[in-house]
Amino acid sequence: MTSATILPQTTSPAAMIRTLGLIAALCGFIIVAAYQGTYDAVQENKRIAVERAVFKVIPTARSIVEYFATPAGSVTKVGAGDTAPVGSIKFYAAYDASDRLAGIAAEGVAKGYSDNVRILFAYDPASASISGFGLVAMRETPGIGDKILVDKDFLANFPLEAKLTDDLKKLAQAIVTVKHGSKTHSWEIDAITGATITSRAVGRAINDSAQLLLPRIVPNLTQLKEKS
Amino acid sequence: MNQTSAQTWDEFMEGIWRQNPLFVMVLGLCPALAVTVSAVNALSMGLATTFVLTCSCVLVSLLRKLIPKEVRIATYIVIIATFVTVVDYLIQAISLALYDALGAFIQLIVVNCIILGRAEAHASKNPLLPTLINALGMSAGFTLGLLALGSVREILGAGAFFGVALFGPDFQPWVVMVLPPGGFFVLGAWLLIFAAIARRKQKKLAEITQNA
Amino acid sequence: MSIEIRSAPHIKGTRSVEQIMRHVVWSLLPVCAFFVFQYGLSALLSLLVVTVSCLLTERFFVRQGGQSGDIGDFSAIITGLLLALSLPPGFPLWMGAVAGIVAIALGKALFGGIGFNVFNPALIGRAFVQAAFPQAIATYTPSFMPGRFYEFIPSSMTIPLMQPVSVVEWLQARQFDALAGATPLAKWKFEGVLANADDLLTSLSGHMAVGPSPVLILVCGAYLAFRRFLDWRIPAAILGSAGLTAWMLFALNDVRFPNPFFMLFSGGLILGAVYMATDMATSPVTPKGMWVYGALIGLLTVIIRYYSGLPEGVMYAILIANAATPLIEKITQPTPFGKGVLSNLGRQKKGASYPLHSGYISREDAGAVTPKKRFLFNKPKHPPKE
Repeated sequence: MTSATILPQTTSPAAMIRTLGLIAALCGFIIVAAYQGTYDAVQENKRIAVERAVFKVIPTARSIVEYFATPAGSVTKVGAGDTAPVGSIKFYAAYDASDRLAGIAAEGVAKGYSDNVRILFAYDPASASISGFGLVAMRETPGIGDKILVDKDFLANFPLEAKLTDDLKKLAQAIVTVKHGSKTHSWEIDAITGATITSRAVGRAINDSAQLLLPRIVPNLTQLKEKS
Repeated sequence: MNQTSAQTWDEFMEGIWRQNPLFVMVLGLCPALAVTVSAVNALSMGLATTFVLTCSCVLVSLLRKLIPKEVRIATYIVIIATFVTVVDYLIQAISLALYDALGAFIQLIVVNCIILGRAEAHASKNPLLPTLINALGMSAGFTLGLLALGSVREILGAGAFFGVALFGPDFQPWVVMVLPPGGFFVLGAWLLIFAAIARRKQKKLAEITQNA
Repeated sequence: MSIEIRSAPHIKGTRSVEQIMRHVVWSLLPVCAFFVFQYGLSALLSLLVVTVSCLLTERFFVRQGGQSGDIGDFSAIITGLLLALSLPPGFPLWMGAVAGIVAIALGKALFGGIGFNVFNPALIGRAFVQAAFPQAIATYTPSFMPGRFYEFIPSSMTIPLMQPVSVVEWLQARQFDALAGATPLAKWKFEGVLANADDLLTSLSGHMAVGPSPVLILVCGAYLAFRRFLDWRIPAAILGSAGLTAWMLFALNDVRFPNPFFMLFSGGLILGAVYMATDMATSPVTPKGMWVYGALIGLLTVIIRYYSGLPEGVMYAILIANAATPLIEKITQPTPFGKGVLSNLGRQKKGASYPLHSGYISREDAGAVTPKKRFLFNKPKHPPKE
């Protein structure tokens, strides 16, 4: 600190840097301590949240395993602290009480009325269909957009056909949302009157994700069959 | 001794009533309008802000002789950002659902002007104890303000209070209350009530002084 | 002694606010009577409840002081009647009361009372309940139900704060399907069914879910315009611009867009054009401005009806035009006599165009004193420092 008698009072750059460095070090220490202290609890919370979401869309599931579907067409199990390989998509294989594959859950995202609608949908390999979906996050108008979770007619759209073409490269029929009352095929989603945009977002989210993901998963189903 | 404790109490109440950050100073409106759709969200936001405000003011007050005044704002921001990061982790550890509900507004506590304002105007000039009391009073005032907003919006917008349904299943929710305009309506109504009370008080005071 | 401070002009007209408002109320009475004739007891009670809630709110704020106007000037009655006419007849009464309170409190008292409001109070009330209760406000019931003078539409008598009682069963008991309650505009928007123009004009045929007859409203409005209680330019501009826009779109594509008559006589366009858009405090005072204002409302109405998710757009169109009113007035100031564009051609701009009188003494020379402005009679004082 310089003498207080000199006006205007100035601080030497060295002193400034010293103080700032000291304070930054102190703050860094606090942040690292907080990070370390809460790490386990946060990870546990995240795991529980994912599990809960998956169990909700696949009711028979009792445990889940995280996988990456790589662009090369293989699936690899995610270990603790793994980072995703470039271009890979994360999905969850859910197993029932006797450790047999109960279904596959993956996230899909599409633009809704006011922001992205993020959903988690369940794929049932036995019937090659989308058996249901749950919500991850959205900001749609309450009372209108959130009908997608409660509207009986809308939920009756599921299971939704999601067969692949014979060469397993893409969906045989793209999943589309159609105007209310004009659903004729099992791969179409009947929209909710008044919440068409949100209904469309759900359809697009499932379609976009399934088009990418299913061609990578289906050839590897035997690998996923039993919990490893 | 008795007098000092009375002074302390006054200092604390200042933040809740006469200098209420939300209803008198009208600061921190961004979280006040955005996250107060329910009482729980409002309370957690208030508590998070309380934590950040109190911790950073205490630290600023402790370091006040050390901090060169040329770089004081940068220093305060670093300190505030530190505690915001800590509270971010803490909320994630406590509940992810709450973390999602509050969204980006936890990180945005950094730019809440109440905190920087207190650090600059009070904590940097006062020793530890007065700073602590002032910060606690301000936080309590802010939390109560958020809670006032959140309660009204939850009661009208969802027919519930802290998640407990008040009116049964047939309640007609006022959709507008959980939308952004509802925040403005309710804040406006509270400001009106506060202004009316303050005005009435002043009138009474004027009458007393006139009579005397 | 109290001195009233008012802005110019200080020339007093022969008409008082109260007189104008009273005439508007009188002209509204046939419309209200027709509304009651269409929907029976529910409509009558809705008119009463909404108007009373407006009056009570007005009384509360006038009593509290701080705003001009008094309870006897009929303006709150107009707000209440118009608000009730723009709501569905079976709208739950408690929601109607909320709309009335919001209309006066937010739409009028907040701005300082009569004459100071920026937006039409009735529409503020309606916009609030539209945002708060979107489902209830879209639930219409068919008109001319048998027994409408002996019983209420069930949704009217909803317990306060509760969801409206469903009218579906009530309709089924009378051999109506649930869709009978849709307004012609909603039917066109969601089902592509177009109502007849002459049915719409009289509102008399069948069980259509419509408001009072447009012809009746036009007649009542014509009386007001004839007596100069409203300016004919605004409704003329609204109907003209809405009709023209609708007609142009209809000429472009007569499959996608309905005919202009349907546009003009369905929904609340006539009521809005005659009674709501002409509100003196919220519409421009310049003649040219009135045309611009009306044209804006007509255009916006058609655009909202065709291209938005809502079947009806008159309310938002008028509110937007209300907000634009000060701007419209600013750009449509009439040119003073002798100051036209032509007379200014080739002439240099000068400060004063007349020679000053030789005996003129400026204010400063005369030592005139301007009194200090004292508007804030109870200006808040700073709290005493400890």
